Amino acid sequence: MHRLLPLLVAVPLLGAALLAALGRVLPRVVAESVGCAVSAGTAALAVVLLPHSSPPLVEWAGGWEPVRGYGVGIVLVGDGPGLGMAALVSLLTLAALAYSWRSFDEPPHGHTGAFPALMLLFQAGMCGFAIAGDLFNAFVWFELMGVVAYALTGHRVEEARAVQGALTFAIVNSLGGYALLMGIALLYARTGELAMAEIGRGLDAGGPPDALVLAGFVLVLTGLLVKAAAVPFHFWLPDAHAVAPTPVCMLLSGVMVQLGVFGVWRIHGTVFSGPGGLPAGDVERVLMVLGAVTAAIGALMCWYQRHIKRLLAYSTIAHTGLFLLGVGTLTPEGDDGVALYVIGHAGVKAALFACTGILLDRFGSVDEHVLHGRAGALRGVAVMFAAAALGLAGLPPFGTALGKSVTEEAVGGPLTVLYVVVSAVTAGAVLRVAARVFLGLGPRPREARGEDAYETTGNGEEPETEQRLVRVPDTMTAVPALLLAGALAAGAVPGFADAVARAMSEATTAGLVHTSVHWTPVGIVLGLVSTLLAVGLAAVAVTRPELLAPPARALPLRRLQSGHVGDYVAWLLVGTTVLGVLALPAVLTG
Amino acid sequence: MTAVLHVLPYLVAAWVFLAGAYGLATSRNLIHAVGCLSVCQAATYVLLLAVGYRDGATAPVFSDMAPGTRPVVDPVVQALALTDVVVGATVTALLLALVVQVAKRHGTVDPDELTELRG
Repeated sequence: MHRLLPLLVAVPLLGAALLAALGRVLPRVVAESVGCAVSAGTAALAVVLLPHSSPPLVEWAGGWEPVRGYGVGIVLVGDGPGLGMAALVSLLTLAALAYSWRSFDEPPHGHTGAFPALMLLFQAGMCGFAIAGDLFNAFVWFELMGVVAYALTGHRVEEARAVQGALTFAIVNSLGGYALLMGIALLYARTGELAMAEIGRGLDAGGPPDALVLAGFVLVLTGLLVKAAAVPFHFWLPDAHAVAPTPVCMLLSGVMVQLGVFGVWRIHGTVFSGPGGLPAGDVERVLMVLGAVTAAIGALMCWYQRHIKRLLAYSTIAHTGLFLLGVGTLTPEGDDGVALYVIGHAGVKAALFACTGILLDRFGSVDEHVLHGRAGALRGVAVMFAAAALGLAGLPPFGTALGKSVTEEAVGGPLTVLYVVVSAVTAGAVLRVAARVFLGLGPRPREARGEDAYETTGNGEEPETEQRLVRVPDTMTAVPALLLAGALAAGAVPGFADAVARAMSEATTAGLVHTSVHWTPVGIVLGLVSTLLAVGLAAVAVTRPELLAPPARALPLRRLQSGHVGDYVAWLLVGTTVLGVLALPAVLTG
Repeated sequence: MTAVLHVLPYLVAAWVFLAGAYGLATSRNLIHAVGCLSVCQAATYVLLLAVGYRDGATAPVFSDMAPGTRPVVDPVVQALALTDVVVGATVTALLLALVVQVAKRHGTVDPDELTELRG
């Protein structure tokens, strides 16, 4: 079976090449159908390989296996988490391609294959990153998915905002990528190896960590956390997500950002968790501090947005913070919880973006204030939007709720409050949008003027379809419905959570430590509490807007999001320094 | 003296990276910013080649000498640097294309004047 592993990358790459080459002559329907078929085939392959991932599938590309313990070949590792991420990526790519099927704006003559080809290339990059067992290859896939994501974000080149957002995204992420590469070079300098497991062994042989290992750790983490949009590396994300085409937003928010968290988990687990890596306490401090700050700032900024896509982008940042907290526990329970949370979150968040895309194509706006009361006729979309918001809050039996409750238990202590509050605030903001846009509840919000107007409105965004939709195509409503069903099934189907937990334990402890993942009364109660809190917040915000309006105190926080790429680069350097300071005790005491 | 010479390439790499990042943070022109990003990437080339350096070694090309007759520098980092160059070319080309579009749509390449996305 391990011989099939490279196909996860090769199939979408070949599909993309085919579409790019034949795009000139293919009619649009054929090009888009080929795109869907290729991504579906890759998804099927990942799902077929999943049951065989214990013990993990290992493939040395081209048969370049290590000789006498030294390897120069490239290794692919298909363990449960890696293949699971590849399957999630492929399914979400399929959903995004199906969503845009035939309804998207007519491409220019002779470029019918461009958009599906780019999406397949994006899928290949993400799948490659998920199954990379080699640090330098992880960097190459990291850059490939980055470059394709910049191109897709700026896909609508006629729009001023789209090209600006794409440029910011590209500069900040490329800089993060170069930091990652410098970290990899330092680790290679110490160990002479590039395969992750070999580097880990090499570090362990070298004794306790020194300044070089610390520098490698900080630089590698910088690159991954830029992708994961952790504060203060997060500034690119709202600017990019607000302007990217809707199907691209589904992928960016649903899986690409989470792949950054996955990278942190994978590289820490294989490279830095041994005695030659960094002590657990220091890694825990780094991830916990960053996760908590990310969750809090993401939730706060999410509440203050009126541009719906931007609001969803900040909610992704807030949830990434929660994922980082879970990974930062460095316990099997935390890993299981985050894995489930990521799966549920991908379905819910992609469904929310899909519904927002329908609003954009129908009304030519994604502004909460402008759309006030205008979308009453879209009943089905309203139901899905509200259901997804409840899923975001963690209403049982959504997969998000199960993942959140398991992670909460692993994190424990006062941080449980953070989980409840952050998920309630982000879901409350989405419910507030739903109440205003679909039901027209409450007074029309007053327009801020002068200094208060430091915000991005969602008005004047161009619809992505050829003309404004009169009737919503079935594909555009079926996709969010299926995504929601998936998120629900992740929590409700008995045995799914246990299968995820088994896959995680197989990957981390070779199956020695079994954790059982199930609903607990405390978890259900906390899920209901955050849902009620979200509904309450939304109700207060709609009926008495002045009570929860952004205070003047919040202005400095909003000013940080200046849209200026130089500021973001400066924050990246600050973030790297903070990482170094937080992890410094590892070498001082060692 | 040799200790200084051994550390020097690493210090140069760090300095080049920080110089590029400083240029990015203070840039008044997006084309200049893209150039600064390339400077940051040049730091990775310096670092990679410094990692593979060996005293008295020659290039890892075996067309005119038998393997094992004299030491060669590490060919792996050279392969990495080559891949890195390809990645850099792609990124720079795409970024410059985006800058052209920014200039067309916003009528400026000064990042201080791009104020549509904020808050």
